[in-house]
Amino acid sequence: MSAPVVNAAAADDVMAGHVAEPVLEVQHLAVQIPVADGVLHAVRDVSLSVPRGETLCVVGESGCGKSLTSLAVMGLLPGGARRTADRMTFLGEDLLSMSPGRLRELRGNRMAMIFQEPMTSLNPSWTIGDQLTEPFIRHGKGGKAQATERAVFLLERVGIAAAGRRLVQYPHELSGGLRQRVMIAMALMCGPELILADEPTTALDVTIQAEILHLLAELQREFGMGLLLVTHDLGIVARVAHRVAVMYAGEVVESGPTTAVFDDPRHPYTRGLIDCIPIPGRNKPGTPLGTIPGLVPNLVGGITGCAFRDRCAYARAGCDGAIPVQAGAHDHGWRCVLSESVADSTPTEVRA
Amino acid sequence: MLRFALRRLLLALVVGIAVSAIAFMLLRISGDLAIALAGEDASPADVERIREQYGLNRPVIVQYGEWLWNAVRGDLGRSLFYPESVANLIMTRLPVTLTLSAMGLVIALLIALPLGIIAALKRNTWIDRAALGIAVMGQAMPNFWFGLLMIFLFGLALGWLPVSGSETIWHFIMPAVTLGWFSAPVLMRLTRGGMVEVMTSDYIRTAHAKGLPVRVVVLKHALRNAIIPVVALCSVQFGNMLSGSVVTETVFALQGIGYLAWEAISRRDFPVVQGILLLVALFYVVLTLIADLLNAWLDPRIRRG
Repeated sequence: MSAPVVNAAAADDVMAGHVAEPVLEVQHLAVQIPVADGVLHAVRDVSLSVPRGETLCVVGESGCGKSLTSLAVMGLLPGGARRTADRMTFLGEDLLSMSPGRLRELRGNRMAMIFQEPMTSLNPSWTIGDQLTEPFIRHGKGGKAQATERAVFLLERVGIAAAGRRLVQYPHELSGGLRQRVMIAMALMCGPELILADEPTTALDVTIQAEILHLLAELQREFGMGLLLVTHDLGIVARVAHRVAVMYAGEVVESGPTTAVFDDPRHPYTRGLIDCIPIPGRNKPGTPLGTIPGLVPNLVGGITGCAFRDRCAYARAGCDGAIPVQAGAHDHGWRCVLSESVADSTPTEVRA
Repeated sequence: MLRFALRRLLLALVVGIAVSAIAFMLLRISGDLAIALAGEDASPADVERIREQYGLNRPVIVQYGEWLWNAVRGDLGRSLFYPESVANLIMTRLPVTLTLSAMGLVIALLIALPLGIIAALKRNTWIDRAALGIAVMGQAMPNFWFGLLMIFLFGLALGWLPVSGSETIWHFIMPAVTLGWFSAPVLMRLTRGGMVEVMTSDYIRTAHAKGLPVRVVVLKHALRNAIIPVVALCSVQFGNMLSGSVVTETVFALQGIGYLAWEAISRRDFPVVQGILLLVALFYVVLTLIADLLNAWLDPRIRRG
């Protein structure tokens, strides 16, 4: 089985996916952050798109730039960070050249974000009710009474009991799980077309992580929103994502429909990630899980060739040059010199 | 909130009594008051007579108890120099000092808050450094020097403001600016520090993500959290102004508490000194109480404590 190497222009579409009417479209996003010893190329080349009413999961290990990607879309990068892209649109509107005022009109209104840290993402000095109703009133969706009504409705919808009573409480009176539910409700207040959820369950107890993610997936379907879910929980990805984008060292290395990526991973890194998931029946108790040897490369100063080649069991001569983006069936794309399935390839010696 | 307030009030009362006791004792052990009052040439018999007359020969605890009991009923004794009761003396001087200090604090905050906020938002730019420069200047220039400069410029050269006395509100402007100018830097630094920290916090990012205008993010979401330590410092600064405006009151010839205290100390008018000590102690207690309540209102997490 082989796939044609496509030219660069078409490759953009391959990584982003052929989407008729995307809510969010990003092409060749790069984020550079000046640090003490140079420039950190935290996001090097990310293309993705979120179709209306679908879920795109961005996966990858810590520091691969997946959180920065979502912050870059929202225009919330830390000061000093530099954002460049060939294209970045929200419902066809250019986010790159957008005025701060227009961006404020969209934020919290038509595109909303849920953050990684529920414990610190709510203002300790204002009540839950005030913080929930704030975007609704600010974006002119209605008055105080309507905002409160919507807040109660959404708090109940995200599984918070006695919602009316919660409105007068302060964040410190709520557990982490409840606070994240409040954050989700807050994101939904204005009925956004796009939700960016940046590892929304990382800071939570394992027992409620799955609950929150399922809630998000459910709400996404119910409200027909586009959802960009940044996560490293591949187990959840398999269940909720329509499409997956796998990131490594600031690049999307593989993307495609969830089933295609999971059933036939083409990039050795994707394969490694999937092998790390324990699956009852496949992994016998007591046997070690798969691991990916080596460390993520330092992205200060930039990298040429494949960033994964030092950890790759299939690395070969061409890996230090320009890496082609290849296309398979169903918008399945990957950034690797291997054209056949990883399963059919022969590992070369692992370079330490 | 009410339970919190009552508990704080009770605590404030205890602190007030303790502070007044310590102040009373300190005055007694600072030297023999009878000898000081009798003068250098007095005979031992004179000293003994004075000791008897003012009840200084009794145990300190008894003296304190009697004084406190009288003080509670509003009787702070009589001045040794003025033909007036201490309470009267203080009450006639208090409005001057209160006006001066209140205006001083308002001016300090009018300088400190905007400068601190702008410096924090424009961190590490020339604006920030300029604000720091102003802060250093305010702290480095002695009170009396700044006061005299103002008198020279606005009082004498330009003739815009009266240079002494306390008859009208105009009389208070220069002394209040002198006081406020001196307090502003430390308040500004604290505001800046608080804002810098708060502006990088996750909930500020959330506020931006909600699409709020910068003004709302800064004034509603950031300032309320950043200002909590500033409130506590304000109460201390106000206390300092109330009790420590001696220099300013002297430079501008304002007949306030600070001036009275300085007079009383130099004349060993100990009933007046005691009265002022009690007043200042009460000032601090009340101000701390107000700061606590304000902070509890600002920060709901404190209310549980």
